[in-house]
Amino acid sequence: MAVAESIANNGVNVAALIAAREALTSAPVGAQFKWRAACEWKNGTHSHSTVEGFYGLGQEQHHRRTFTFDADHPEVFASEDKGATPVEYVLVGLASCLTAGIAAVAQHRNIQLRSVTATLEGDMDLQGILGIDDDVRNGFGGIKVTYKIDADAKREDIEALVAQSQKRSAVYDIVTNPTNVTVVVD
Amino acid sequence: MSRCLCDRSINHVVLERGEIAHTWRTERWDSLRLLTPNWQSRLPGFSYNGDDPDGYRSVAEVIEFIASYAKAISAPVLTHTTVTSVRSTETGYLVRTDQGDWLCRTVVVASGACNVAVVPGFASKVPRSIMQRTAQDYRNPEQLADGGVLVVGASSSGVQIAHEIHRSGRPVILSVGEHIRAPRVYRGKDLEWWMDAAGVLDERYDEVDDIARARRVASLQLAGTPDRSTLDINALTEIGVTVVGRLGGIRENGKAQFSGSLRNMCALSDLKMGRLLDRIDEWAQRNGFDARANPPHRLPPTRVEPAPPLGMDLASGEIKAIIWATGYRPDYSWLEVPVLDRKGRLRHDGGVVSSPGMYLMGTQFMRRRKSALIDGAGDDARELSDHLASYLRQNSA
Repeated sequence: MAVAESIANNGVNVAALIAAREALTSAPVGAQFKWRAACEWKNGTHSHSTVEGFYGLGQEQHHRRTFTFDADHPEVFASEDKGATPVEYVLVGLASCLTAGIAAVAQHRNIQLRSVTATLEGDMDLQGILGIDDDVRNGFGGIKVTYKIDADAKREDIEALVAQSQKRSAVYDIVTNPTNVTVVVD
Repeated sequence: MSRCLCDRSINHVVLERGEIAHTWRTERWDSLRLLTPNWQSRLPGFSYNGDDPDGYRSVAEVIEFIASYAKAISAPVLTHTTVTSVRSTETGYLVRTDQGDWLCRTVVVASGACNVAVVPGFASKVPRSIMQRTAQDYRNPEQLADGGVLVVGASSSGVQIAHEIHRSGRPVILSVGEHIRAPRVYRGKDLEWWMDAAGVLDERYDEVDDIARARRVASLQLAGTPDRSTLDINALTEIGVTVVGRLGGIRENGKAQFSGSLRNMCALSDLKMGRLLDRIDEWAQRNGFDARANPPHRLPPTRVEPAPPLGMDLASGEIKAIIWATGYRPDYSWLEVPVLDRKGRLRHDGGVVSSPGMYLMGTQFMRRRKSALIDGAGDDARELSDHLASYLRQNSA
């Protein structure tokens, strides 16, 4: 008896991703990407950033439109709160990277997702950035990500999705491992 | 392979740069034991008949085992013969050695997958006062100065070396990246017994989803512990080893940076182990072993401290030695035939190398999951020697 196997649909084109992986395995030069952002100071702690072009697959590429991001600090810092704080953007980057990864891995493993929500919390001791205590780092002391996932899968399979997504996440790697950063003034 | 070639009446020689079992004589630490039990080292026409089938061979016993086999099958081994190059000719291959040249129609590359210890580039930034060893040239804790030791890598070699150095009284920090946890004994039987019985070790390279990935997977975190205890991160934490994340880099000032990914590395490992044990339990149930084996159980999750250290100052004098247990790669520098891919890996289809008449033996998941085990050599050699024999027949003048 033929049994129709249900195919999960999480809106991720896994066939295209796998084809890209194969193409870039044989032509690794195309895998060299450069991601870019531009930022302009407005006033106080408020800045306005844009993301539009990037480089990859051997040529200049463009988003469908320019995306903009206002960053500022909240009123408790005597700022005007015209946007999320930069560290909140880091949390947003981590959350969206892990979540995209979960969808892609779930699609690849034929797991239908019904809902995926994450809440993130980063601990920070302001004695670092305020220069009160040199032993306190500027950045997060730790980040906690909590997922709630409703899917057609056992708990272990859902945990495996989340673990694999961390293993393949760019932002998770950026946050957990050192990166050389070069800042120059033209 | 020599035994199988004899069975097929194929003239051959076995070239060995040193004595038989050379790497076992020269590239192993003193206390190492084979991580598969005695009964499992089955070679064509040769198997264990001693009184400790569940024990694990010491290095001396492995050397003795391999040398006895060579003698038993009268293998035509030329010792102290180092191959300096292999190149193609019109009819086969020219093999140059420091004892003269050989012309042959076929070549079997059985030079091993672990010739060179892989050490990350940033090892050059380790302060000069710190002694550095790899799992290949480490011998015993007495080689090391008194003081702290950083062991990098937590697969089979790393956990064993960390364990014995810690027991020598030197404080150990173990840097943990990807690894695969495995219980030594499960439901009263050696994990290798289950993997053998359930067919896990016989899985073929052309049956798995992604063979390139399967060949890259770290080896199981197993150790040939005489008391058959499980040597995992929890066991090491319990005796006081400090566990930190993957070593991500070393700055010019000697500050080592550990990744914040430790929790996920341990979660991935626990999940992988869980999937292997699930598979064993399903097999046991289907095959009526539930009545004969102990009931299924799971190991407690790997414990990770709330905030493992993210860095340490290597210049402070606290650390006297670093042991790199960060893997190996084969050395094909003598192979002058264009069969390597851009990453230096040999291109082959289940051991049949892309250059006609050339074969491979003994690498990770070459034809089966067990291909890199002593126990995997027999099945691979039987099939590849068949292929080799038919290649000779088809290409005979």
